[in-house]
Amino acid sequence: MILLETIAEPVAATGMFTWAWTMIAVPAIVAGLLLLAGKLSDAWGHLVATAAVFWSFAIAVCLFAEQLLAPATERAVAAPAYTWFSVGEWTFQVGLLVDQLSILFAMLITGVGGLIHVYSIGYMSHDPRRRRFFAYLNLFIAAMLLLVLADNYLILFVGWEGVGLASYLLISFWQHKPSAAAAGTKAFVMNRVGDLGMLMAISTMLAMFGSSKFTEVNAGAASTEPMWATLIGLFLLLGACGKSAQVPLQAWLLDAMEGPTPVSALIHAATMVTAGVYLVVRSHALFEAAPTAQMAVIIVATVTLLAGAWIGTSQDDIKKVLAGSTMSQIGYMMLAAGIGPAGYAFAIFHLLTHGFFKANMFLGAGSVMHGMNDDVDMRHYGALSKVMKVTFLTFAMGYLAIIGFPFFSGYFSKDHIIEAAFADNTFIGVCALIGAGITAFYMTRLMLMTFFGEKRWQPGVHPHESPKVMTIPLIILAILSVGAGIVLNFWIQEWLAPAVGNHPHELSLVPTPVGWMTMAVVALGVVAAWLVFGRSSIPVTAPATNNPITLAGRNVLFGDQVNDFLFVSPTTALATGIDTTDARGIDRMVDGGAQAFGGLSTQMRRLQTGYARSYALTMVFGALVVGAVLILTQLG
Amino acid sequence: MMNPENYLILAALLFAIGSVGVLTRRNALVAFMCVELMLNACNLALVAGSHIHGALDGQVAAFFVMVVAAAEVVVGLAIIVMIYRTRRSTSVDDANLLKL
Amino acid sequence: MNTTLLPLVTGAEVTFWIAGPLAVLGALGLVLSRRAVYAALSMAVAMISLAVLYASMDAPFLAMAQIIVYTGAVLMMFLFVLMMVGIDTPDSAVETLKAQRPLAFLGGIGIAALLIFAIGGALHRAEPATVAAANAEFGGNVEGLANLLFGRYVFVFELAAALLIVAAVGAMLLAHHQRVRVRKGQPEMAADRMYAYATKGEHPGPLPSSGVYAGTNAIGAPALLPDGSIAEKSISHTLTMRGAIVDPVPLQQVTGQTFAAIESVRDDEEDV
Repeated sequence: MILLETIAEPVAATGMFTWAWTMIAVPAIVAGLLLLAGKLSDAWGHLVATAAVFWSFAIAVCLFAEQLLAPATERAVAAPAYTWFSVGEWTFQVGLLVDQLSILFAMLITGVGGLIHVYSIGYMSHDPRRRRFFAYLNLFIAAMLLLVLADNYLILFVGWEGVGLASYLLISFWQHKPSAAAAGTKAFVMNRVGDLGMLMAISTMLAMFGSSKFTEVNAGAASTEPMWATLIGLFLLLGACGKSAQVPLQAWLLDAMEGPTPVSALIHAATMVTAGVYLVVRSHALFEAAPTAQMAVIIVATVTLLAGAWIGTSQDDIKKVLAGSTMSQIGYMMLAAGIGPAGYAFAIFHLLTHGFFKANMFLGAGSVMHGMNDDVDMRHYGALSKVMKVTFLTFAMGYLAIIGFPFFSGYFSKDHIIEAAFADNTFIGVCALIGAGITAFYMTRLMLMTFFGEKRWQPGVHPHESPKVMTIPLIILAILSVGAGIVLNFWIQEWLAPAVGNHPHELSLVPTPVGWMTMAVVALGVVAAWLVFGRSSIPVTAPATNNPITLAGRNVLFGDQVNDFLFVSPTTALATGIDTTDARGIDRMVDGGAQAFGGLSTQMRRLQTGYARSYALTMVFGALVVGAVLILTQLG
Repeated sequence: MMNPENYLILAALLFAIGSVGVLTRRNALVAFMCVELMLNACNLALVAGSHIHGALDGQVAAFFVMVVAAAEVVVGLAIIVMIYRTRRSTSVDDANLLKL
Repeated sequence: MNTTLLPLVTGAEVTFWIAGPLAVLGALGLVLSRRAVYAALSMAVAMISLAVLYASMDAPFLAMAQIIVYTGAVLMMFLFVLMMVGIDTPDSAVETLKAQRPLAFLGGIGIAALLIFAIGGALHRAEPATVAAANAEFGGNVEGLANLLFGRYVFVFELAAALLIVAAVGAMLLAHHQRVRVRKGQPEMAADRMYAYATKGEHPGPLPSSGVYAGTNAIGAPALLPDGSIAEKSISHTLTMRGAIVDPVPLQQVTGQTFAAIESVRDDEEDV
């Protein structure tokens, strides 16, 4: 193990690294091209878009290879692009930072993104607006790459907003559905709350450090006052909560499932929602300087972890179960990121494996929906394992990965986090452990309801396997779900050490006591789910229940109601009040003044008779007055 | 010798009478004649001034007033004729459109 | 001269006390007479009186100019226009503008009072210098005026000339009548008349002549229709406006009596 407490300065870009910017530029240009070219590009737009993503992927792989070949201290590469603007003494450089952390993200985004592009060719083949869909997807890829490749917080924020825009456009892609339009708006508005936190954090950084560059902020973090570091940390956490759907800004993620399934897989499972984790890991120096902020991250993460799992147990919509699961898993990542140096690598590790298996499962769910006429209610599924063999098998790989079946990818990444949590605090560890059990429970429930049991298909539905263009990405992602963990397990800590700092942590294939415990809890969850859902038949409509836990889960823990009560209602009342004040008070005052003048004018108007003789009379008297004044003053 | 200010008082009287005529008469022609009367009153005052001071400049001024009055009459009568042509009336009260 | 010894009533004073009241009378007539022609004639009186006053103040040129320019040209022009626009109606006695007359009267008194007050304050009660000396300097009033007009006031004089020219051209322009429609000839008038007959039933023939009665056949006597009512078109519109129409009823009675007398005589002859 290499102990690197000081982070190596990035070296200047040479060779392939001078091409790094094309990773962002190509998808962005293609997105613009597809949107501007309009119907001309309907026939070939999706192919160009897919090719653009694979271009970015190829560059990312090449850069990764160069980094592998380079010595550990020279792997982080800074590639300044141009000067954006210069204000006074402060010059703002746009630059990219390709280091060990961002290259992993770049490969995840472009790799999984590429597969999802391929998948979408099949999934969206009947949609008349497919070209537009691909343009938005490319826009997202470009923005997300900008987010992870930026070398400072301000450019990161540009990407941050870009993915928010792409997310909004894609959630409400089927804009003819009011629910989709509302969901997009909801996501956008709730993300703005988080963005406010980001902006405040960046502004505070600029005030404190005079720069928003990662290197300078990290360098300055240790020496700054803890109060300011805490403040920045909390602001960053707010931003991360918004983007990563952490409590209390979690409510948008389940509604975001209104978007097309590839969008859910790419944006709301594999990449965008993990941006918050990236942010926390990227700002590790700040959080290490602010234990309070770290504690806040851990609390938020733990609450979200359990809340997401809870939601997952009670939803009947297959995508919403997966969305709850995503919340929960991101909670694990945030937990790891909040624990500190011991957890950064595991956070990223889990992020990568989760990106693979969750994308796999989302695409699998999409494949199921594709076969079931876009029905998302699991109570209408059942016994699909026989008709959709490929989907079933790939989904099963993802399932085993997420519940942490030994030697599948989730087993490694999640167990490390639970172990790290136990090492940090027993209570947090127990929570994480319970979360793992619940994860096993709801995922087993999903599997049983979808692929096993008797047929509960709606009339007229004829499930069928999806075309190859959809199943091949599934197979690739399934392989990654199985194998990514064991490949990355012994390597990622060392690899990320220069970027995020390192904490020695013994790793082996033999489970630790905590590992054994985790396996037991997971087994318990699986068995419990089988006892509840595997043995008896499942009603086609959700049975009425008074169980408060189930009710809360079905209603997404009343997140919307809480938001309504705490924010929407007071804001509406305030707006109504201001409107009333404006209409009754200010407007009346202004209108009253105008009316007074109007009335006065109406009276004065009567002086204008139009009769020349009246005017002449006035003139005579005026002349008289002037003459009298002249004479009287002469007398004086 | 007669008090020369009598001329001026006569001029003032004529001027006042003319102004009353302008204010009361509705026939544009008569009102116009009243204006001429006021101008004539001024002329009388000028000539009286010339008489009092023994210089001819007052008479020259009265002469110019006559010229101006002639020009004014020409244009004024043309305007009255124009108005009469369009409105079939010479009453100054009929031309009262300049109001709301 | 014995004027200094004997304060006689001079010719100028006599002239003033005759012409002054006349001028005031003329002015009052101008303001008070209801008919525009009378007003114009009163105006002439006032102007001639003023001319006389000018003459009495050793200003013969102005006196002549007053008579020629004002009474001769300007007033005649007024009369022309009066004839042209018609002298249909006198001003009605009712004042339409509220309180205009009393206020106007008040204004007039105010002006007179103000001016007289000012004159009273300004005069030094000295003998007038008279322009006799000034007139004598160049051999006469006209020569003296000419000296000033073409000497000191030559630019003003030229400007006045320009003003007159411009005024004349402007008046021509104003009074010039642009014909917007083709002038109607006899065929068009006939067609119009027949059209009016066809659409409104107006009589296409000549207008009826005025009435012929035993007592009068004046132009103001209306003709009667067979049912005994008045034929409106037999009298000039202007006469109707002025109210200068002879009431036909008494005329009719006279005519009726005459006819009755003739009839009775005839009846008697037949009876006989």
